[in-house]
Amino acid sequence: MSNSRSDLTQNSSADPRRPDDHVDASPQPVTQPKLSLVGWLRWAWRQLTSMRTALVLLLLLAVAAIPGSIFPQRMANPNGVTQWESDNPDLFPVLDALQLFDVYSSAWFSAIYLLLFVSLIGCILPRTKHHLGALRSRPPRTPARLARLADHRVEEAEDADPARAIELAEKRLKRQGYRTERYDQGGSLSVSAERGYLRETGNLVFHASLVGILVAVGVGGQFAYTGQSVITEGTTFVNSLLNYSSMNKGRLVADDALAPYAMTLDSFDVTYVPAGENGAGQAGDFSANVTVRDASGEESEDAVRVNHPLHVYGDAIYLLGNGYAPTIVVRDADGEIIYNESVPFLPQDSNMTSLGVVKIPDGLDEQMGLVGFFYPTQYELASGAFSSAYGDLVNPVLTLNVYVGDLGIDDGTPRSVYTLDPTGMEQLTGGETGTDSIELSPGETMDLPNGQGTVEFVDETPEGADPAEVGYTESVKRYVSLQVHHDASTIWVLTFAILAVLGLLTALFIPRRRIWVKVTPHGSGATIEYAGLARGEDPAIARAVDALADQHGRDLRAG
Amino acid sequence: MLPDHAVALDTWSVISLWTAIAVYALAFIAYAVDLARRSEASVRMKDRRAELVAAGGGSALAEEPAGGDPAVPHNPVMARIGTTLTWIAFLLHLAAAVMRGIGAGRVPWSNMYEFAMMGTLLVTGVYLGVLFWKDLRYLGAFMTGLVTVLLGASSMFYVEITPLMDPLKSVWLVIHVFVASLATAFLALGFALSVLQLLQARRERRAVEDESLATKKSLLRTLPSAEALEGLAYRFAIVGFIFWTFTLIAGSIWAQDAWGRYWGFDTKEVWTFIIWVLYAGYIHARATRGWQGTRSAWLSIVGFVAVLFNFTIVNMFFEGLHAYSGLE
Ligand code: HEM
Repeated sequence: MSNSRSDLTQNSSADPRRPDDHVDASPQPVTQPKLSLVGWLRWAWRQLTSMRTALVLLLLLAVAAIPGSIFPQRMANPNGVTQWESDNPDLFPVLDALQLFDVYSSAWFSAIYLLLFVSLIGCILPRTKHHLGALRSRPPRTPARLARLADHRVEEAEDADPARAIELAEKRLKRQGYRTERYDQGGSLSVSAERGYLRETGNLVFHASLVGILVAVGVGGQFAYTGQSVITEGTTFVNSLLNYSSMNKGRLVADDALAPYAMTLDSFDVTYVPAGENGAGQAGDFSANVTVRDASGEESEDAVRVNHPLHVYGDAIYLLGNGYAPTIVVRDADGEIIYNESVPFLPQDSNMTSLGVVKIPDGLDEQMGLVGFFYPTQYELASGAFSSAYGDLVNPVLTLNVYVGDLGIDDGTPRSVYTLDPTGMEQLTGGETGTDSIELSPGETMDLPNGQGTVEFVDETPEGADPAEVGYTESVKRYVSLQVHHDASTIWVLTFAILAVLGLLTALFIPRRRIWVKVTPHGSGATIEYAGLARGEDPAIARAVDALADQHGRDLRAG
Repeated sequence: MLPDHAVALDTWSVISLWTAIAVYALAFIAYAVDLARRSEASVRMKDRRAELVAAGGGSALAEEPAGGDPAVPHNPVMARIGTTLTWIAFLLHLAAAVMRGIGAGRVPWSNMYEFAMMGTLLVTGVYLGVLFWKDLRYLGAFMTGLVTVLLGASSMFYVEITPLMDPLKSVWLVIHVFVASLATAFLALGFALSVLQLLQARRERRAVEDESLATKKSLLRTLPSAEALEGLAYRFAIVGFIFWTFTLIAGSIWAQDAWGRYWGFDTKEVWTFIIWVLYAGYIHARATRGWQGTRSAWLSIVGFVAVLFNFTIVNMFFEGLHAYSGLE
């Protein structure tokens, strides 16, 4: 076999260093560890940095990653975990104790990859040291009997001048990128040539880059933060901790890490595939058009779009979601405004049927809560229930159910702004109450039950807009939810990943080979032997030896 | 918005694709007949061997050439027909993909139906391309069989052309999915060779134990030695592995733009990672004493089973952000 690894020549100092159980390493005698602590430690270290351990750990890593794709993970899908818990209340505590909902930060998963990386570092450090030496080493002595090599060719050259023949061979090899060394002995002249040191360099760069990626991810995470916030058209978000609806930050993020800028959502664009076409109703081309203002008041206009995050002050801003924020005004019985806000409603389906909550703690006799549905294009199902037929504002309708009583927010318990806990409250409209829900189109006002006041669904269509042209399309404000992400390590991860690929290409495709040319003079001419030896996978070595022999023959004949 | 002729083009694309499936099936039959003939030929080779053995007195096993015998009295006419049919099917398949792409006004690989169409197109393309370099027609039955089954199954995923969802509007769709398909094509070839390697190794092992088996009728005897098959399988696998590495990185870059993080252990990400690690294991195994040969071949097989699993089961049944199969 011309492409098999060969143990024909002993491992020389020029060869890459390999763990003991690598196929190219010379087999070590199986030694019992010396019964001293150091002996044991050395033995354990040898085991940990062996090829077999690396292989087993790699396979373990693959297997250990599987459960994370079967069970919902808190990191990626916290709602899924809650759902799973309520579906399997008995099994949940057991699996949770096994960390099956946090697989990738679990003790067992971490143990596997940390061991793998310890093994990896233990493997590449000695190899790197060895390789630095090997890079300066000279090609090894020409073997006495080249004929024993698998890729071997003999030519007879009559009238050849041996000294010139070997010189020409050396020149040829040098031109092909070989490092060469002359060894003349026992009456024959030979040149020993080696190339492909880059193969080992590539392997080391690849493995070291993996360590680089892990370190960059680990360190980077300590300094990274991700926050979410909601901005309604026409309002401004100021970048400070207080203004985030949620924030995840690494342990080492400084308090003043957030860059002082403000961002106004000027408008939000979206287009819908019209009815009658494939994919009708599908929304796309989202664009949150914003103005960013820095601390000195400098302004710039830009847009946040899907796949095109906005990069400002080292932050990357992403468009996570969008929805409608109907403007609702509540007046008390005297006509005084006690509530006036654009309330973000959460979309429930792809046609933007949306759910929202208004909480009015003060200003009325009792605390009041309004639970509302918003339908951008309302239509009535056969059952009489409402639904939305289309995501855009064609026939916007807002329905509200009124609750009075205790909102449960006075004792400081944190409550979501998107849900209303009806315990301790009395429902006055909708459902079983016998009173119809409040139902409003933009611009309409209706009375609250029991003469408590009125509620208005404000029409936000800009003044001067031609109603015939815009219809309802601008009557309700939209909001966006944005994610602000800061992670300076991303670029490092990418750099190491690219290095890893480059290393991989080099390690897998640069052949490492030795070639020898030996000229043995006799009578008027000389016998010329060509031989090659592959170090590692090298399907083309036989061809390389042949090509060299042919070229060299031509060189000789050319004079 | 979609071009006006989208529906018409899509219809022609579907017709072309079904024709391609039929021709692939014919190619499969031709290749299968060729394999059967190889098996027959191995009997005649036995006769010839027997003469040689009688004349030379050497052992039959020792006579067997490692790299397949060029003098095997095997007439590859069916293999040639198989390859011609595969070319015809490939061109129809390509036409189907191109029409779908023009109809949609974008690259034709953005839902499960299109992934299947594109992935199998590249599998065939790589196979046909490799034939210029090396005669691997003994893999033809496997390759055309695989493509016929996958393409036939892809009809289950058929969806009409719809406009792209926003996250898919990215150059990374073009790169990431294309490279993933390319990787799959190379890994498929590596897989087929690893399976043959296992069968061949078993036959060689038995032949050593029982010399009468060495000359028994078997198409494997017309194929390269287990060691040669292993070398070939490895070469395809490393090319596939490099493309897979690239898929992983391109996917991360895209995820960074689309989802705001380059890695989030989404199910599809996890499986891409698992496959990558499995193949890294395979490459290691080939360099680990005691793991060469049969053991490492199993890893290559497990790796490719994971690739198929990732494409089918994970796409259809696992929850995750990669909800682009276009299926409800
Ligand atoms: C993070 C885990 C690891 C991964 C993903 C990995 C991956 C790879 C890959 C893809 C190759 C083939 C490309 C090349 O030759 O450079 C390779 C080769 C190699 N790896 Fe690793 N490796 C890992 C850990 C290790 C460890 C812990 C060791 C030491 C025991 C090791 C030792 C080697 C050696 C010696 C080779 C050369 C094999 C040959 O001669 O063909 N690797 N590795």
